Amino acid sequence: MIRELTCIVCPKGCQLKVELEGKNILSVSGYTCKRGLAYAETECTAPMRTLTTTAPVEGGGVVPVKTDKPVPKELLFKCMEVVNSACVAKDAKLGDVVVENILDTGANIVTTRNVQL
Amino acid sequence: MKADLVIIGGGPAGMSAAVAAYDAGIRDIIILERDKSLGGILRQCIHNGFGLHRFKEELTGPEYAYRYELQVRERNIPFKLNTMVLDITPSKVVTAMNSEDGLFTIEAKAIILAMGCRERPKGALNICGRRPAGIFTAGTAQKFVNMNGYMPGKKVVILGSGDIGLIMARRMTLEGAEVKAVCELMPYSGGLARNIEQCLNDFSIPLMLSHTVVEIHGKERVTGVTIAKVDERRKPIPKTKQYIECDTLLLSVGLLPENELTKSANIILDRITGGAVVDQNRQTEIEGIFACGNVLHVHDLVDYVSEEAEIAGKAAAAFINGKHANDKSLKLVTDGKVRYTVPQCITACADVTVYFRVADVYRDVRIVVRDGDKVLVNKKKQKVAPGEMETVTLTKEMIEGVSTDTLSFSIEA
Repeated sequence: MIRELTCIVCPKGCQLKVELEGKNILSVSGYTCKRGLAYAETECTAPMRTLTTTAPVEGGGVVPVKTDKPVPKELLFKCMEVVNSACVAKDAKLGDVVVENILDTGANIVTTRNVQL
Repeated sequence: MKADLVIIGGGPAGMSAAVAAYDAGIRDIIILERDKSLGGILRQCIHNGFGLHRFKEELTGPEYAYRYELQVRERNIPFKLNTMVLDITPSKVVTAMNSEDGLFTIEAKAIILAMGCRERPKGALNICGRRPAGIFTAGTAQKFVNMNGYMPGKKVVILGSGDIGLIMARRMTLEGAEVKAVCELMPYSGGLARNIEQCLNDFSIPLMLSHTVVEIHGKERVTGVTIAKVDERRKPIPKTKQYIECDTLLLSVGLLPENELTKSANIILDRITGGAVVDQNRQTEIEGIFACGNVLHVHDLVDYVSEEAEIAGKAAAAFINGKHANDKSLKLVTDGKVRYTVPQCITACADVTVYFRVADVYRDVRIVVRDGDKVLVNKKKQKVAPGEMETVTLTKEMIEGVSTDTLSFSIEA
């Protein structure tokens, strides 16, 4: 089976073709960098995504956050539930950990700006 | 007040221009920003994908903005926040106001315009129906969700498949809304392929190409929209009409450079880009007034905005220091398939990267640059599309050797 993918690693958006036999990857073509090849491989076995969202701040308001590495795609909505019930300190700085090792993925939820401007 | 350099706008373009001018020796700089902090629109673009070119890593919008804010702060470059610029004159007098200083003027030696762009509003679309609550531009919805923590609606239709619309389709879905469809008038999306993949396909949101919204229903609040397929001339086909129940319509139908101030200085605008006509230094037709970033033409990536702003910042510094060469006069003309170029003219012999967009999707073509009959550049491309800015670099030697007064840019089979 041939699976066609659009690489999401960078804005170039290369069109990838992955030749599959069940779950085994026989060949990958269309990629123009190493990261594209790695993307094709994980996308066909265990797709991963970086989650970017906001988390509530103590006392009101929200602050932008992200997973500090990609998490399994099927866990995105579960991660959202965890993040939406978190509470970020008013004096949190960019990069502070909001949720450690979210859902045992090995990824932390970190803020992407200082709460105070 | 007087200043060597006034920069209007504290977003990515303004900050990058300020840093470049400072590093080229200019100290008397002031950035005027109307929002309550530096960073511009990046503050609400909380998704990742920024900075791969500049920083060789993937950053979110706020992180990218903060890197530049730190560079501004490290250099102690002054900026005024909550400050609205009201007018600029051809003699480079800037009138602005804020609640601390009141109304004030700055006589500048040079000005850099970095006001960014605005979303095309609903008024520009001529959709029938009432004017109920629940219609937002995608960027307004983005501000509500990402900055204020408010959800603008629960059942959403998005008109237009620009990147902000795609990003908001994912964002609203993650926050629990049901995004029923993204309708795109054109037969192709204006957004990046990666965003169609990770924002729509990941969540099984249908992208309906060659479709538009023909009617908005609801009196107090949007209750639904009628969409229809369009023919080759982009006219809705009546028998294809279908009703979609929704409470929110987001519009992602294009960005317009925000050039009210540019107009007030009587600077000529390019009819296609909506931004000023500039030379390779991003100088407008008025000496000492420069423009960069999305106020000049809408960019695909902030990395390119930063790059362009550096050119403007360096050139403004050279102008202030009286080092400004004008030893050539070339007009860049296009064939229509190339819609526009930035810069639109070249005034000095130097290496120049020309940025441009094409009018339609073309496959297996060549980008050709000619001086009269002489071909200077002949670059093969598998595919060019309106959503992706193209570049051609002309070397100093090429420009020196140009024998006519125009360079023509075309897309050929």
